[in-house]
Amino acid sequence: MSETEVKTNPQGDPITSVAAPKSTGKQDPHGEAKRQKIVTPEYMFLEAPRTKEFITGSEAAKEAIRRSNVDLAIAYPITPQSETMQLVGVLYGEGYVKEYYRGEEEVGVMAAIAGGSRAGVRCYTATAGPGTLRGLEGIASWPGHRLPVVAMFTCRVVNAPLAIQPDNIEVAYLLNCGMIVFHAENQQDMFDFTMAGFTISEKNDVTLPVGVCCDGFFVTHARGYVRMQDRGIKLPPREAWRGAVPVLDAENPPARLSRDAPVQKSNFMAYNIHAVWQQEVWAAVERSRKYINKYMGGLLTAENVDDAEAIIIASGSAAAQSREAVRLCKDKGLKVGLIKVRSLRPFPTKELRELCKNAKLIVVPEFNYVGWLAKEVATAIYGYSKAKIIGGPRVYGGQSMPVELIVDEVESGLTGKKSTNVAMSQVMGGSISQDEVAHFMRSI
Amino acid sequence: MAKRFNIRMAGVGGQGVVTGSHILSTAVINAGGESTIVPFYGSEKRMAPVESYVRVSDEPIYEIGEITFPHIIIIFHPQVITHGKSYTMPFYFGLKEDGVALINNDGPMNLHRDQAAELQKLRAKLYYFPATKISLEVAGMDLATNMALMGCIGAITGLTTMEGLDQAVKDRFLGKGFVVSGGTAALDSVVERKFKKKQELIEKNVAVMRAGWNYAVDHGWAAAEVKRVEEPVATATA
Repeated sequence: MSETEVKTNPQGDPITSVAAPKSTGKQDPHGEAKRQKIVTPEYMFLEAPRTKEFITGSEAAKEAIRRSNVDLAIAYPITPQSETMQLVGVLYGEGYVKEYYRGEEEVGVMAAIAGGSRAGVRCYTATAGPGTLRGLEGIASWPGHRLPVVAMFTCRVVNAPLAIQPDNIEVAYLLNCGMIVFHAENQQDMFDFTMAGFTISEKNDVTLPVGVCCDGFFVTHARGYVRMQDRGIKLPPREAWRGAVPVLDAENPPARLSRDAPVQKSNFMAYNIHAVWQQEVWAAVERSRKYINKYMGGLLTAENVDDAEAIIIASGSAAAQSREAVRLCKDKGLKVGLIKVRSLRPFPTKELRELCKNAKLIVVPEFNYVGWLAKEVATAIYGYSKAKIIGGPRVYGGQSMPVELIVDEVESGLTGKKSTNVAMSQVMGGSISQDEVAHFMRSI
Repeated sequence: MAKRFNIRMAGVGGQGVVTGSHILSTAVINAGGESTIVPFYGSEKRMAPVESYVRVSDEPIYEIGEITFPHIIIIFHPQVITHGKSYTMPFYFGLKEDGVALINNDGPMNLHRDQAAELQKLRAKLYYFPATKISLEVAGMDLATNMALMGCIGAITGLTTMEGLDQAVKDRFLGKGFVVSGGTAALDSVVERKFKKKQELIEKNVAVMRAGWNYAVDHGWAAAEVKRVEEPVATATA
């Protein structure tokens, strides 16, 4: 079936294409935004007809915000995210976002986002790399305070030597905050995950922030086809009274602030409150699974996994590279399956145990030095699969991942031929020696 | 099996490496194929090393980023053979076995014997193609060097048609809202002044491209089904 293609985002340099529509003085510049119709999330995500457009990842995020009924967006520039929040600023000019400003720096932005969310409005921000880490103090406190927010992280290098290039090591820091974390492979995922993020984060039994990660530049600055609903419809507004905690106002002090002395002191109550809050947070993360399944079609996608000689498990841009590796392996007569992990928190533990129960070889390519996904996979399937797991290949510091490296690991895993990229200390399980397994266990 | 070529183009600033890759990529899409490009340049300045990566296929392309292991390498300027992108690697670094290196030079170059041996081991096909000479002969100036190379590679891969290439040149010079970057746009206006009129510019570029295409066919480099195309006579006015 051929799809209609539209062009609403001007082609070319986004810097020159963000200008708000010129007002004739008679026409209401917010007219189109005011005419947007509210539809249910079910209609928006599952039924609404879509047309495709060839746009960048930043433009895809902009289009998601246009349809998400956002109240407050706060920008602070950092490469490669700057364009994203700049484009959201255009939406403010057009009346699609009610309030928008530029913060002082990321500490202030994340604190202000917390304030907005506490006050009961729908909030959005985006940052990257060093900005993520600078804002992390605030971000790490959002889940405990049960603040629904969508934040986008366009990952780049944060460890030394610093670079502006793609590297998703910052995801490792976000995984332990208690927030929901999605990893987008392409422009389409950026669009879908952002919109679904608002709906999922505001569910009563979730009430948590959602982080939408992507690998910077590869997704933000490159164009791809994005299938989108009509721009005349939007999600219902945030109904803060539905949340798990009361909304802040002058007469209702914030129930989720550490206002009482017990929390500040080392005593039984402090430990008890801490335990209760964190148990609630992680239970809420678990409860988000059903909504991810409903609105996003699952925490992972699996292709050709049955009868595969090897399975590649990847997220983000590594999933895109892995699709090509699967094709090259097919040309060589190797049957290789692909599992793309969309949701890192919650992690698809049950799904992976089922899919990998008969797997003999698992290869986990990543765009970072530490291999956080390989560790997640190994922990999830430990005791449920006898597969040998190769934690690699890995590229970092902005390097592109040659597809040939993934193919090489698949071949080395299947034939025993020496690998060019992955050290033995990153190979787990299977028929390798206990010393090597112990070495791996010590290093994670 | 998918017909797939990963092409790495290397040249120096001012030769139209990025423009050439845009035109080839658009031409493949015009002919019904799939293609993506990734340009790589530091500061935009004349004579600084530039690389651009083009992926062409008859199936969807998911891969992103730079091309480390190309099927085809196009060398726009012999200087690149000694420089490379980072001044440290041989120009053929990462070339796949049975790959193609299309080099803009008037005849075979004296490669270092180690390099020649390595290329022989890879069973690399070295095509020395006088792109600048053809550009001078057909268009009366060297600025269409990239067009000659794109015509030539179009015939070698067989993944586009001459009509697709013609249309891509028109898209590039007549298309609205096409901005590669401020620097390249400024360069275009210089090119346009030199060619006096846009129409003439397109005609000459297409003529050079057709000459490049036919050169590949005449020398037996072209893909099996690729035939010679009609070559319009462009008056050489410098």
